[in-house]
Amino acid sequence: MRRGHDRPGRERRGPERRGLAALRPRGGLRTRLLVAFLVVSAISALITAALTFREARAAILDRTQDSAVHDLRAQLDSLAPDVPFPPTSRNLRDLALQLDRAGGSRGWRAGAAYEDGPLVTAKEGETLRVPGSLRRAVRERNTAAHQRLERGGEPWLAIGLPLDFSDGAKAGDRKAASGLAVYVTFSLKDEKADIAALVTAAQAGAVPALALAVVPALFAARRVLRPVRRLRTAAEQLSSGALDTRLDVSGNDELADLSRTFNSMAGALEKDDAELRRMEANARRFAADVSHELRTPLAAMTAVTEVLDEDANSGELPPETADAVRLISGETRKLARMVEDLMEISRFDAGAAALHLDGIDVAEAIRKTLQLRGWQGRVTAELPEGLRASLDPRRFDVIVANLVGNALRHGGEPVVVRAYAEEGLYGGEGGLVVEVADQGPGIPADVLPHVFDRFYKADAARARSDGSGLGLAITLENVRLHHGTLDAANSPEGGAVFTLTVPLRQASRAATEDV
Amino acid sequence: MTRVLLIEDDPAVQQGVTLALRRRGHEIEAAASGESGLFALERFRPDLVLLDLMLPGISGLEVCRRIRETRQIPIIILSARGDDIDMVVGLEAGADDYVVKPASGEVLEARIRAVLRRVVPRESPDGDAEAGGPEVHGELSVDRVALRVFKGGHEVVLAPSELKLLLFLCGAPGQVFSRQQLLEQVWEHSFYGDARLVDACVMRLRGKVEDDPRHPVYVQTVRGFGYRFGPL
Repeated sequence: MRRGHDRPGRERRGPERRGLAALRPRGGLRTRLLVAFLVVSAISALITAALTFREARAAILDRTQDSAVHDLRAQLDSLAPDVPFPPTSRNLRDLALQLDRAGGSRGWRAGAAYEDGPLVTAKEGETLRVPGSLRRAVRERNTAAHQRLERGGEPWLAIGLPLDFSDGAKAGDRKAASGLAVYVTFSLKDEKADIAALVTAAQAGAVPALALAVVPALFAARRVLRPVRRLRTAAEQLSSGALDTRLDVSGNDELADLSRTFNSMAGALEKDDAELRRMEANARRFAADVSHELRTPLAAMTAVTEVLDEDANSGELPPETADAVRLISGETRKLARMVEDLMEISRFDAGAAALHLDGIDVAEAIRKTLQLRGWQGRVTAELPEGLRASLDPRRFDVIVANLVGNALRHGGEPVVVRAYAEEGLYGGEGGLVVEVADQGPGIPADVLPHVFDRFYKADAARARSDGSGLGLAITLENVRLHHGTLDAANSPEGGAVFTLTVPLRQASRAATEDV
Repeated sequence: MTRVLLIEDDPAVQQGVTLALRRRGHEIEAAASGESGLFALERFRPDLVLLDLMLPGISGLEVCRRIRETRQIPIIILSARGDDIDMVVGLEAGADDYVVKPASGEVLEARIRAVLRRVVPRESPDGDAEAGGPEVHGELSVDRVALRVFKGGHEVVLAPSELKLLLFLCGAPGQVFSRQQLLEQVWEHSFYGDARLVDACVMRLRGKVEDDPRHPVYVQTVRGFGYRFGPL
């Protein structure tokens, strides 16, 4: 009760803030950490794979070329001595045929050419397609050359090899181009398959590796986020009023620093709060104690006010004494009323005000209130017959009496009290609305926000009125105790209107409905 | 003229109340503690006791209980604390009414008069109950003339407020009365008196007349409305 009373704002803000957090994707930081981790893993895996692939591909191709060139040279070296010089086209065809046969597993197709002559293959009419650039390179540089080509969507390799005289039959000392060159072309299909297998292997490796990387990424994210989550929970607890919330600090990282700062902040808050509460409680206890101490002498004085009145009006006292006696008697009554109001306010402040609910007839209750104070003639009442509400009868009387009394004192007659039920209020349970309107000058705009303040006097010149200055403050507290609202406003037709709204049924919240 | 015993320790309050009541023609005997109050009870033989709850020595509550053990005279508590649990406990101890300090002589006078009235003025006096001897309600026999109540042949000793409440309720069996109505009619309080007075008195009355006070037959609760007598 006390906490709810002291800090309604805080309690109200709590769920709202949680609602905002829920709008953001849950674990946003975690997702981001996870994604970053995976991106880094993917990039490194990709780069590694790409480099490996490139190296492996080059190695495969180089080896194929080298071994092909080597084979070709070996064949040529063994066949060349049988080739007469200058060779005829027939000689060239024989050479190509023999080279074709020797191609073995590689299955190459060979051709031979002399000087700028046509490229002669094993079978007449067949052509060996060798790029001109390759032939030019072989002739001009007189060295083995190779070129990769695309044929029918497949990679092919063409190799050209010139024949030297360096160690041939017609050997001279110097190395010299013989003018004879042989060419072979063959498919790199097998090699391509090997390389493709490499790519598949790289893929097959990278995908599970990435999937596996999720696990350590999750763990890492958890580790980083656990303190963050703890911090958030603690902050929420703190903001919902648990000022003794503290975090366990371990380690020396930034999050530990943050936790330490959080703890010292919570400590400072708690200390200030405790200090504030102590001062508040002291002030309240003081007011309550003073009121209570005033009560006993007032009890003695109040008991004899009538004796004083009687004697003052008997005409037996000197006129001045009679006036003085009347003054004392009148002020004693006011003082007693003021102390009562102070006591009542202290009870609200201490959270000791209890609601004693009873089912009452609203019209009857309001009529009794007016009747009890002799206000029937001065107040017009528009009341619904047969409307029952669960209220604290004594407190409801205080509310209505204070509102009407205030209207009679500060507003202008006729004062109108209107009560009616409004179905839609309080989650369909229905509310009781009571309006008290007067025909006075209304409430000045600068006073309106303060009408329910304690001891607030609207007019400094009229510093003392009949009331204690606590009437409307007590009224508001009584309304709040009923879980209702009280508004002050000016009617468009002039005059002040106080509107009271309370739930018709308090059953769910009732503390003392019945015996 | 009423003989009032005032048990109050504060001399100023004692003097003020004495002054006010004497002026109204009552005879007052004041006692400053529970012990002297109980002693004065024997000697002074008051018609009514005005009792402060916070007393030196034995407490007002204990005084209230001890008086009730032997006498059924009206007791009015004069309490300095309107919100105190003491008040409810005091009512449960058998007091008939209470007045919160400070109270004017007028208020005290009205309460004293109300408590001393033995019967509630009937709203529609048809007279036949008065003439027709004891009324019988189940095991209860209520004699409105002698102001005595019997249950199963044995007399039930009731405090003045309990008797008045029972007489009022069983005067209209089956009719529901709200707490406010009972406060007005039986205690002559304003409509807005403290309903705890009614509840405490009902509890005490049930304790004396019901077989099982937790499942009352004679004085029944009508939730959200109040109390009624029967139906049996």
